[in-house]
Amino acid sequence: MLVDFFSRLRAAGLPVSITEYLALLEGLSRGLGDHSVDEFYLLARAALVKDERLLDRFDQAFGEWFEGREATIRRLVADLPADWLKLRGELDLTPEQLEEAQRYESLEALMDALKERLEEQEKRHEGGNRWIGTRGTSPFGHGGHNPSGVRMGGKGGQGRAAKVWEQRTYRDLDDRRELGTRNLKVALRRLRQFAREGAATELDLDDTIGSTARNGGWLDIRMRPERHNAVKILLLLDVGGSMDGHVRVCEELFSEARAEFKYLEHYYFHNCVYESLWRDNRRREATRIATMEVIHRYPRDWRVIFVGDATMGPYEIVSPGGSIEHWNEEPGSAWMARLLDAFPSAAWLNPQPERYWNHMPSIRLLKDLMGERMFSLSPAGLEDAMRALRRRSAPPVRPAPETPA
Amino acid sequence: MSSSSRFAGTESYVATDALKSAVNAALTLERPLLVKGEPGTGKTQLAQEVAGSLGRPLFEWHIKSTTRARQGLYEYDAVARLRDSQLGDDRVHDIGNYIVRGKLWEAFESEQQPVLLIDEIDKADIEFPNDLLQELDRMEFYVYETRELVKARHRPLIIITSNNEKELPDAFLRRCFFHYISFPDAENMERIVEVHFPGLKKDLLADALECFFRVRDVPGLKKKPSTSELLDWIKLLLAEDIPTEALRAEDSRSLIPPLYGALLKNEQDVHLFERLVFMHRRNAG
Repeated sequence: MLVDFFSRLRAAGLPVSITEYLALLEGLSRGLGDHSVDEFYLLARAALVKDERLLDRFDQAFGEWFEGREATIRRLVADLPADWLKLRGELDLTPEQLEEAQRYESLEALMDALKERLEEQEKRHEGGNRWIGTRGTSPFGHGGHNPSGVRMGGKGGQGRAAKVWEQRTYRDLDDRRELGTRNLKVALRRLRQFAREGAATELDLDDTIGSTARNGGWLDIRMRPERHNAVKILLLLDVGGSMDGHVRVCEELFSEARAEFKYLEHYYFHNCVYESLWRDNRRREATRIATMEVIHRYPRDWRVIFVGDATMGPYEIVSPGGSIEHWNEEPGSAWMARLLDAFPSAAWLNPQPERYWNHMPSIRLLKDLMGERMFSLSPAGLEDAMRALRRRSAPPVRPAPETPA
Repeated sequence: MSSSSRFAGTESYVATDALKSAVNAALTLERPLLVKGEPGTGKTQLAQEVAGSLGRPLFEWHIKSTTRARQGLYEYDAVARLRDSQLGDDRVHDIGNYIVRGKLWEAFESEQQPVLLIDEIDKADIEFPNDLLQELDRMEFYVYETRELVKARHRPLIIITSNNEKELPDAFLRRCFFHYISFPDAENMERIVEVHFPGLKKDLLADALECFFRVRDVPGLKKKPSTSELLDWIKLLLAEDIPTEALRAEDSRSLIPPLYGALLKNEQDVHLFERLVFMHRRNAG
């Protein structure tokens, strides 16, 4: 009966697995639901949700599922007794009703009828989360009369106005909240790629044992280089103009990336990449470097992360001389293509909320140039970006134009 | 499952219903319980309290960035054996002499059903939890050196804490129950403080809590004060015998709470706080 609940959770984007579902059932069968909806809710939460960022989504999904099924669920958890049929006797039933009820030979038949009726009821009443037996022949009570013996109605246990899941305590923890340094860290760690390179500074115990054994028992110490993150990142950051509003999050991204990656180089650009970049934003002219030189300096296995809001006039990307700062011989799109050609593994992080992307021609343009690898600068987006960067083969991007002489 | 083996909070630890139900689910179904939450919300303490209240032995395994899964099972001290062999020690003939038991093994050997705390699992390497899957599932492991199978006498209740520094693998999560300790609300906080400082004067408690939550609400704090910091602060207040009036908001001098160093641990936060107080005063005056 809970399958519906399970599939609803999956539909809500919660990664619940069969194992977890079975754990919930096992818990219920061992009496853990403790006969109250709140306990059931707590048990389901502990068994099915493994990430505090998903708790809010769980609460919502639970609420939706619960809505309209309150009675069914209550019955489910309220130790559905074998003497269910016995309770019937306590109801205020007319002889005709009794007769009808008796047509249901078994418990299951009765349950099925009840379920059917409940569903019917939902259809007829908007948001009908209350059991009202309007049919004169119903064995489950009628005319809004709630036989307390069956406790199907809006009374009992659930008298409290605020249901736990409706408080939505975990809203702040949802994925879609803005980035904090901690989730930045977590996301960046996805890119880890451990390798041993450089000076041998660490005792290699296994190798030492092996080679000592081969050495007839005389110690032969073997050393090896320390393990570290070998991913190499080229970070290209948009500064100034429309990016001012995103300074804090970019700063944080930058400082976390610094701490995580041993090989991290960064350059700045404004709005779009043109023939030159710079290293230090305060000393822009002094630290300017030709984009071509950047392309030549770093090998192909470096991964490029652009950070920018991509919000500008489309001509700044597609036309020569489109830059708002200087005369550019070639359009930004040509430079983008060259960079992507040189570094197949790339992603663009955009601090603009994703819902604006389609309304902004420049964002659509750049997203297209990036081969759809543009991600929002949110925890979820960052994770997708890191996943895209991990992938070896990049989606095809348009061919780069001839390199200028 | 007898009703006596249920966790219902203890005198020195205030557990919410959700926490109790998660602990009991883990107890009943003998699955690990993963606990996350803001620092200072008593994650580590939970295991100690559960063990204490159920009268069970507690084994604590604190994880560091260099900890490997194997170390929880056992370690083979090859270097000691090598040394002994070169010195001609007789011990060297029995490999069992060089097998050092880990925390998991100790817990498996326990006479009584134990509680095993795996503290801060996220500190370890990203693959660490995966390396423990089999052991946590089957509660047994194989010692290759001595060719023996170590099986848990009683499946221990395993409580795992994480600070979210790394994400845990899905396969691992699927096997656990999960509870997120959220920051206590004012009412629960009052209960927590009372547990730690029984008989604290009501007005002092109320004022201190109000003050505390006011500080927590200051927007933009880098590190919000947590429960353990509140408890330290109250301890200081009591030690210094600060009059209750000094905590009242109406007294403009006191907008910066006395001994705030116990609550704000970050220089930038202190500056931010002082600046806000200054602006507030200017507006008020």
